[in-house]
Amino acid sequence: MLEIRGLRVKLEEEDKQILKGVDLTVEAGKVHAIMGPNGSGKSTLSYVLSGRDGYEVTGGSATLEGADLLELEPEERAALGLFLAFQYPVEIPGVGNMTFLRTAVNAQRKAKGLEDMSAAEFLKVIRAKAKTLKIDADMLKRPVNVGFSGGEKKRNEILQMAMLEPKMCILDETDSGLDVDAMKLVSEGVNALRDAGRGFLVITHYQRLLDHIKPDVVHIMADGRIVKSGGPELALEVEQNGYADILAEVA
Amino acid sequence: MALDDRKASDTEARLAAMVMPDVGCTKAARGAALERVRAMGLPQRRDEYWKFTRPDTLTRTDAPRAAVFDAGEEPMFAGFDRLRIVFVDGVFSPERSDDLALEGVQIDRLEDVCCQDDHWAEDLYGTLEAAGQVPVDRPLAALNTAFAGDGVTIRVTGKPSRPISLVYTHEDEGSDVFLHHVVRVESGAEATILENGPAAARFNKCMEIDIADGGVLHHVRAQGRDHERRAVTHMFARLGRESVFKSFTLTVNGVLTRNETVITLAGDDAVAHVAGACAGDGDFHHDDTVFITHDAVNCESRQVFKKVLRNGATGVFQGKILVKSGAQKTDGYQISQSLLLDEDSQFLAKPELEIYADDVACSHGSTSGAIDEDALFYLRARGVPREIATDLLTLAFLAEAVEEIEREDLRNDIVGRMTEWLERRRQI
Repeated sequence: MLEIRGLRVKLEEEDKQILKGVDLTVEAGKVHAIMGPNGSGKSTLSYVLSGRDGYEVTGGSATLEGADLLELEPEERAALGLFLAFQYPVEIPGVGNMTFLRTAVNAQRKAKGLEDMSAAEFLKVIRAKAKTLKIDADMLKRPVNVGFSGGEKKRNEILQMAMLEPKMCILDETDSGLDVDAMKLVSEGVNALRDAGRGFLVITHYQRLLDHIKPDVVHIMADGRIVKSGGPELALEVEQNGYADILAEVA
Repeated sequence: MALDDRKASDTEARLAAMVMPDVGCTKAARGAALERVRAMGLPQRRDEYWKFTRPDTLTRTDAPRAAVFDAGEEPMFAGFDRLRIVFVDGVFSPERSDDLALEGVQIDRLEDVCCQDDHWAEDLYGTLEAAGQVPVDRPLAALNTAFAGDGVTIRVTGKPSRPISLVYTHEDEGSDVFLHHVVRVESGAEATILENGPAAARFNKCMEIDIADGGVLHHVRAQGRDHERRAVTHMFARLGRESVFKSFTLTVNGVLTRNETVITLAGDDAVAHVAGACAGDGDFHHDDTVFITHDAVNCESRQVFKKVLRNGATGVFQGKILVKSGAQKTDGYQISQSLLLDEDSQFLAKPELEIYADDVACSHGSTSGAIDEDALFYLRARGVPREIATDLLTLAFLAEAVEEIEREDLRNDIVGRMTEWLERRRQI
């Protein structure tokens, strides 16, 4: 599904290398987790894959089902089925949540050569999906993320994911700012989307999210590289011993 | 203060080319207005009040021509049941207008005012314009009072069931038009006035609005979209006790627009909201000049102006709140913002507060900025193409001004139009 080979990335505006050769393959149907200390390049990886400005790729490749992601505009990557759940969802005053979602859904349908979803059908689908995420009608009407609590913003990200039905989902520290109940709700939303055709890359600092979203593979990222990969037990090891032991071991 | 020779001679040269309509009962008011024009002189580029907007094409004898633009769409406000008063290149057209009879309102053509004894508007014509010349000269408004060729008088006595819709059609590429309307909202009465259309190649409009105690007037205007048209408009409003005046203007296209709004809150507890949304592309200069005087206790005023500019378009905002010494408990708010979609466009703002009372709350702000890159990326990351995302953010930016329209149906109509225009623009 997602293939990253030797990806090297620096900041566009300063001479600072962030990713120093990342190799990673996420297969369809699998959940991969990336853990790592602050500043290891986890969020940069998610931004570079989704096409945010400000980064320069100096080497390597990233493909989604064979398509070269790095050549594409962010909206083209999204239309191919890439989805980034933001660590800090952006507030957009003046743009209604519903208008935003409908525009996004129809833009992606158009890119795939499909007809627009009718207003009635859209309403039906979104109401059902919002309900399972405990997103009420008022939240759908309000401007995108404006005045939303941390938990509401993350639930709104998952609602977008559910509506857009991407092939490859990247969750960037979706657990940050969530209390236990909200984390459970968000995780249930993610788990409901798990299926054989969809890959997940879950970026997190802490093991606790992985109690709810059970990964198939766990990677440890440090200083711009994947330094160790293993099964779910690797996350538990981090939880118990911190990163220092692992980093010392691979150094 | 005597005018300098150049200004005096330019003014006289312009006046020499003008013909004052022979309208009996407004004759005295027109004569007085002419004297005001002579005393002030027509605006010139070095005048402080015209620092950001060149007045020469508005004052010169020959009006620059303007091609007639066919938008190929339903006229503005077409979906509303309204009483249409149509002017074709500045001349009232009874054939195209609706029957002017409507319960709760008395509408007369300006020239008919003199056919009636003691017409209510006789003493009002030119009065608010004259009062609005202090402390800042507005010579083009006085010129209008002196030379206006047509117009209507609207007296609201009840709550008319339909909005009164002034439609300004432009058919002659060389038309040069002066229209003058007088509006009075009687105590406890309430009406909505709509205005739309370019009116002329060059349009000078003056509307005097007198709102008695407890009167309510809603005003929604969409200026014509002919690219080459020029317009200078003036609204002079005087608000009585507990009265309400809410005005919104949408401006898209037009090579030059200057909208002057002069409001005096003369009675306690009055409310005045004036808002504008404009979108300009290329050869576009839009100037909102607003002067609100608080001269009574516990009044509220709001100015909300938003401009989206691209490809070298220019936006101007000159807005003032003057709070007189007795006007305690004043609540004044003013915001002017521009969204610059490229580096060639510019926004010039001069927000002013002048306060002589000690128990007031007044705030003002002015900002100028580019599109929010974080928001743009967020939308694009969800699959919304850049141009659509930019349009969504543009509409969102203008929304704060549009939301000042109190009637939801009119608000939705304006938003719908703006959405259509942006969509169509993308397809060109």
